[in-house]
Amino acid sequence: MSETVLRVNNLQTQFQTRAGVLKAVDGVSFEVGRGRILGLVGESGSGKSVTGYSILGLIEPPGKIAGGEVLLNGKDITRLKGDAMRQVRGAQIAMVFQDPMMTLNPVLKIGTQMIAAVRAHARVSRKAARAKARNALAKVGIPSPEERLEAYPHQLSGGMRQRVAIAIALLHSPAVIIADEPTTALDVSIQGQILAEVRRLADETGTAFVWVTHDLAVVSSLADDICVMYAGRVVESGPAADVIASPRHPYTAGLLASVPAEHEPGTKLPQVPGSTPSLANLPQGCAFAPRCAKAGPACTTTPPVQHFEDGRTALCHYPIEPISCQPLSLTSTTYRSAS
Amino acid sequence: MIGFLIQRVLQALMVVIAMSIIVFLGVYAIGNPIDVMIDPASDQALREALIQRYGFDRPLFEQYFIFMNNMLHGDLGESFIYRLPVLNLILSRLPATLELALTAMLIATCLGIPLGLWAGYKPDSLSAKAIMGFSVLGFSVPSFWVGLLLIMVFAVELGWLPSGGRGPTTEVLGMNLSITSLEGWSHILLPALNLALFKLGLLIRLTRAGTVEVMSSDYVRFARAQGLSEGRVVGLHVLKNISIPIVTVFGLELGSTLAFAVVTETVFNWPGMGKLIIDSITVLDRPVMVAYLILVVFLFVMINLVVDLIYGQLDPRIRVKAAS
Repeated sequence: MSETVLRVNNLQTQFQTRAGVLKAVDGVSFEVGRGRILGLVGESGSGKSVTGYSILGLIEPPGKIAGGEVLLNGKDITRLKGDAMRQVRGAQIAMVFQDPMMTLNPVLKIGTQMIAAVRAHARVSRKAARAKARNALAKVGIPSPEERLEAYPHQLSGGMRQRVAIAIALLHSPAVIIADEPTTALDVSIQGQILAEVRRLADETGTAFVWVTHDLAVVSSLADDICVMYAGRVVESGPAADVIASPRHPYTAGLLASVPAEHEPGTKLPQVPGSTPSLANLPQGCAFAPRCAKAGPACTTTPPVQHFEDGRTALCHYPIEPISCQPLSLTSTTYRSAS
Repeated sequence: MIGFLIQRVLQALMVVIAMSIIVFLGVYAIGNPIDVMIDPASDQALREALIQRYGFDRPLFEQYFIFMNNMLHGDLGESFIYRLPVLNLILSRLPATLELALTAMLIATCLGIPLGLWAGYKPDSLSAKAIMGFSVLGFSVPSFWVGLLLIMVFAVELGWLPSGGRGPTTEVLGMNLSITSLEGWSHILLPALNLALFKLGLLIRLTRAGTVEVMSSDYVRFARAQGLSEGRVVGLHVLKNISIPIVTVFGLELGSTLAFAVVTETVFNWPGMGKLIIDSITVLDRPVMVAYLILVVFLFVMINLVVDLIYGQLDPRIRVKAAS
């Protein structure tokens, strides 16, 4: 594996509410190497987005990071305050959000917003900032970037806007980009284009991506590694291809089984029974146990992290045995690099 | 753009015509002004002569058309009381009201927007709560009472500022203004504060509501994720996005302040248009009332037109489709 740029160690993010302390992120650890793409997968409420915001220090009260470290090139950035953290945001770690309709300010020109983003970290003239913005737009495959700088967000399509958002994230060549479901709001063909673009950018620029998504098809075609989250914890992690071919955690297996691609049309799609538990009212021990077909008596105690071959892990008392059949593919396309 | 302007001007014209009819009818319904104008002891012949002179014996529609015809020729009639052309009378009072209203709006804006921004930026802070409490007082306490209170405290008890009147005025561009001298300022300060109070409360609440909404938006989050400083986030993103409701209310309030500063002008004995209209109503000075109301309509229409044009500049999404 290439050198690690971002290492998240036992991260804890909690929200103080009237119902008590909600552990939205409860001891999450993972790492991403240079130019690698990590898929952070989970259902709504699993804590994947909060993990992303925590890394950037964008958790607002009543939430706070209660413990753990976020090591960026070996330096813990959770302890940075105020302006020191501001200088990290956008320059060393950038973020792309889910809905491109909402992330660009509707009343400011693309150019104005991009120039502001450039000048947040570089003391350059307006003209130089504009040139940099234009280059960034060209880099993400936007045609006639000079004209786009004069456009307002509503004059661009959703896919174009998301490209602009990615271009903004890339402005300062950050070490890591956190992408919070950036293709969820786009239609499938545009999603494909964006994913291909992201893969190319990761390979070319060496920027690492943390790709937060609930879409296993996206992850299987894009990510190098996967972390599956459930109720604030990482329940399974490992190389993307291996995890998808042979999940070791029953939850991952359930999620994979419910992807329509592999099923005969007309047959009933298997689903994970039940729904994600409320964080205010988590079951004792393994949070997934009430929905798990494999649950046994040990599941009332907190499961251990089991380590397997190839650096894979699963948070389970009864992990699934590896299967050695044909690796299944969720989509026909793959954006994973050949290496 | 030109098409939009023509359309708006036509609309404005319709509004002015409709209002002129309503105003004329309304004032007509109040009754015959002759009885107020002449000595009750005068004889019937004099009465008849006067009625004929002012045309009150003609049918209503004829009176209206004569009035409109005169208006189109720039003649809004002559005041029954002052024996002066109404237009000159009103215009002579306009500068006083104009400077009072503008000073009040200036105070309200310069204080209201920063306070509202702060209250929206830190909505849970103690200072924000104090600001919001003040804003509630600002628009719920009756302005005549606040005016009296201001006079009591600053003019009577402390004796710092004069209790009323305009003070010395100097002529600037053909208008008599008092804000040109320090003493003039001492006269305008209290009434302007009094007039500003309601608008201040309104602007604070409006700015705060907009700020709270924008601060929780995705694009502010995205701007922060880009590492923009808080000053830039507020100055660039928040201010531009909250400006549309603020401009709307500013326009409406400016119009209503110019037209209806009546209470404050009365309390502070400020010789503006508001005081003129109140005096005219008490003596049933019909031409002044009609002309004043039509002037007010014209004023509102113009302000709204300007506000509409500013909208387009502020929000590209409502910018009028130019023939590009």
